[in-house]
Amino acid sequence: MNRSDLMPLALLPILMGCAYLAIGNPAAWFTLTIAGVAMGMIIFTVASGMTIVFGLMDVLNFGQGIFITVGAYLSATVFASLSGYVVSPYLSENLLVILVAVVAAVAGAGMSGFLFERLLVKPVYGDHLMQILVTTGGLIVGEEIIKIIWGVQQVNVALPPFLSGAFVIADVAIERYRAFAFLAGALVFFGQYLVFTRTKTGLLIRAGVHDREMVEALGYGVRRLFVATFVSGCALAGLGGVMWGLYQQTLVPQIGSQMNVLVFIVIIIGGLGSTGGALLGAILVGICANYASFIEPKVALFSNIALMTMILLWRPNGLYPASAR
Amino acid sequence: MTELLLNLENVHTHIGLYHILQGVGFRAQRNRITLLLGRNGAGKTTTLRTIMGLWPASKGRISFAGTDIVGRSTSEISRLGIAYVPENMGIFPDLSVKENMLLAARNASRVTDIDQQRLEWIFELFPAVHQFWNRPAGKLSGGQKQMVAMARAIVEPRELLLIDEPSKGLAPAIVNNMAEAMLKLKQSGASILLVEQNLQLAREVGDDVAIIDAGRIVHTGPADECFARDDLLKTHLGLALCP
Amino acid sequence: MTTSMDWTRLISRDRPGSRLLIILLIAIIAVLLVAPFALTGAKAISICVKIMIFAVLVASFDLLLGYTGIVSFAHTVFFGIGAYGVGIAIIRLGASWTSLAVGASAAIVVSVLLALVIGLFSLRVRAIFFSMITLALSAAAQTLATQLSNLTGGEDGIIFRLPPALMPSFRLLDTKIFGLTIDGKVVCYYFIFAMSVTFVLALLRIVNSPFGRVLLAIRDNEFRAEAIGYPVFVFRTLSNVVAAVFACLAGVMLSLWLRYTGPDASLSFEIMLDILMIVIIGGVGTIYGSIVGAVAFLVAQGYLQDLLKGASAALGSLPGIGKVLSPDRWMLWLGLLFILAVYYFPTGIVGVLRRPARRLDSSSKPSAKERLSIVYRWMGRAR
Repeated sequence: MNRSDLMPLALLPILMGCAYLAIGNPAAWFTLTIAGVAMGMIIFTVASGMTIVFGLMDVLNFGQGIFITVGAYLSATVFASLSGYVVSPYLSENLLVILVAVVAAVAGAGMSGFLFERLLVKPVYGDHLMQILVTTGGLIVGEEIIKIIWGVQQVNVALPPFLSGAFVIADVAIERYRAFAFLAGALVFFGQYLVFTRTKTGLLIRAGVHDREMVEALGYGVRRLFVATFVSGCALAGLGGVMWGLYQQTLVPQIGSQMNVLVFIVIIIGGLGSTGGALLGAILVGICANYASFIEPKVALFSNIALMTMILLWRPNGLYPASAR
Repeated sequence: MTELLLNLENVHTHIGLYHILQGVGFRAQRNRITLLLGRNGAGKTTTLRTIMGLWPASKGRISFAGTDIVGRSTSEISRLGIAYVPENMGIFPDLSVKENMLLAARNASRVTDIDQQRLEWIFELFPAVHQFWNRPAGKLSGGQKQMVAMARAIVEPRELLLIDEPSKGLAPAIVNNMAEAMLKLKQSGASILLVEQNLQLAREVGDDVAIIDAGRIVHTGPADECFARDDLLKTHLGLALCP
Repeated sequence: MTTSMDWTRLISRDRPGSRLLIILLIAIIAVLLVAPFALTGAKAISICVKIMIFAVLVASFDLLLGYTGIVSFAHTVFFGIGAYGVGIAIIRLGASWTSLAVGASAAIVVSVLLALVIGLFSLRVRAIFFSMITLALSAAAQTLATQLSNLTGGEDGIIFRLPPALMPSFRLLDTKIFGLTIDGKVVCYYFIFAMSVTFVLALLRIVNSPFGRVLLAIRDNEFRAEAIGYPVFVFRTLSNVVAAVFACLAGVMLSLWLRYTGPDASLSFEIMLDILMIVIIGGVGTIYGSIVGAVAFLVAQGYLQDLLKGASAALGSLPGIGKVLSPDRWMLWLGLLFILAVYYFPTGIVGVLRRPARRLDSSSKPSAKERLSIVYRWMGRAR
């Protein structure tokens, strides 16, 4: 990424400004913006893992949605079986149940990601066509397995008391969960930033995105790095699933593949392989979707496609394409 | 007294449909600088890549310090003590010079884990590395990048360095520095297999020569003897190597 | 001699390449031709019609996957545009041949424009964008079709009438032929049959034209094709447009037969998976594969679901098994089959019929094409 390239950042105020003019109501605009940024942070959690997997291994997983679903359902199961803690008035018990749900989701998604890589992706490294076909097949099978385990009917998730409702600051209602999701997403971003700048594994991943062969020539087995990165990407998707599930509060087996569409748009907008680009793209998509659903609900999904189209007109490789490969 | 370090015997390499190396065989001795010379397309880079395991050898034997390395993975070969400086230098442009160096130090998880004395020595050899320590490596000039690439290869002691055309596109003054650095490296006990088209540099540092033409070794011997033979230079080497 | 000349020209001199395949194709066409007379039961006839529709739909998808080397998830979108185009036009303009033509033409125009736009935005940079964007688009199209309910009928879709000559109440002849009343349904069947044959032959013509050859060159080696002077982006986009038009026509055929269109019938992801499945089973990059694959898959689908039903009824008492074998989990088995087919049956039926001995020697050495692709990947990197 070109560090001095700040032009894409201007898109944020431009989009916000246009939406402000279209909405004309400051309080509504502010609420929508907060909601959009929160949604963006959730999408980013999933997209960041996926874009790094692409950057490092040149693998695009069309089945990433399963891990979102796995995360969402596992957390719902935890919430259901520890429902006493969920409704408890004590913050510590609420936090405990969230922690357990996150751990379960991340571990479950990570483990299924490990299997997915072993069984499906490993034989097709280097061949996009095969990757697309095989991971799409994996998505179908995974979704069906989820239907077998959790059923086809929708599952409701209740938020703990400290996350439900809204608080009001100067006429603007901010839903607690959205603020929470924003914080969680920011934490994920900050954590990734630390990993990529402060740890050797992070450096190796960044180096591998640019030149896999040289990383090997320096004496590091890339295969292990691949698996670790793929599994972490899936675990992040699982975490995103928890956040998304609580955001939606109703789960259906297709929740992951539905969200995956947004994730794809984000990755394309951000530039394949770029974490910073994914963050900007996710926030753009999040606020754009929220503005659009307020102004004209029927075109909500198309608003993102329109956004992507315009960005690709401007920068055909996305905002911050990471690798020249 | 010489000691055999790297030995290639009848190595064949296919890249796709093309039979690039058609029986390459030569030796590199310990603590000497071996030149691998030849025209463009003769197979010099392919030879280095085959040694590193970046292209699989389809036939033949390569042994390094007595260990057979054909069929091993690139990272394994590297861990045996071979460092590779590719023609494009293989610098990671998004990472700082410091981070580039840290990655090359396999046993270090942070910069302070690197042997400081050695680091000082490297800074002396390649001042640019010190000067631009925190700069993204992609922002450096070609010569500076080459310095970083070389420095990266020796951040921990390696027995053999494979260096592919380090002088390419560099100013003459920098080429002189490069020659000096390589001789100092040899003094420190390293051995080098050098692919070079710059005759001045080659003459200055080379101990032994292997000449490759059309995927086969056509001559091996001491460097002085080889450079004295006009016929050899004219028949097998390109314009770039003529004085 | 002249007849044999004409015969090969009809299939654009692209011989099936295997005697068994020729016999199979002739048998399929013969069965489809006599089906209304020979087969009884609505299910069998509807499978026949589905075969004819999917042969066109999958052949046009094969143009993308097999000949251009790109995966589109928006193929059902064009299929849907064709189906909805006819339906909406007839609802608005009445059940006449004119409105049928208007609907079909409008659908084609929309398809061409949409395919052009998709190509312009996604194929410019790298082919993988195309797959991602078409996936997003197909999701958006499903949402749109369900939300614009005053135009599309929402989730329920729309039911419409056809021109009288294609309605079941119409009688072409007063007398029965071989015991069959020639009603509008039969006329419709043969109308679809004629369309199917024409479109598949047209696609065969396209892939064997110079245009098709360039596509193959691009598929095999994008870098080289660009280097010889073929603008990869333009050819891929054109191929996408052509494929979209035929998918749209397949949608028109679907509307004609069902006199109904809805999101599940034409836009769902399940249909996309059916397409992928058929093209893999039949043989990618052969066109003929779409016919053979459609027969194999749709016949199996028609009866495998029954088999699952039976199995789950028999074993349903065992815990867990009943859930897995339930006909509702049909997609599970389909997905598994698909993955296995991609891995272990990549050449499909046509590939196996054409070169039965190839499998033996292909295991030892990579094919010339594979080896070439390694070189050019390397060159692309070195560049």
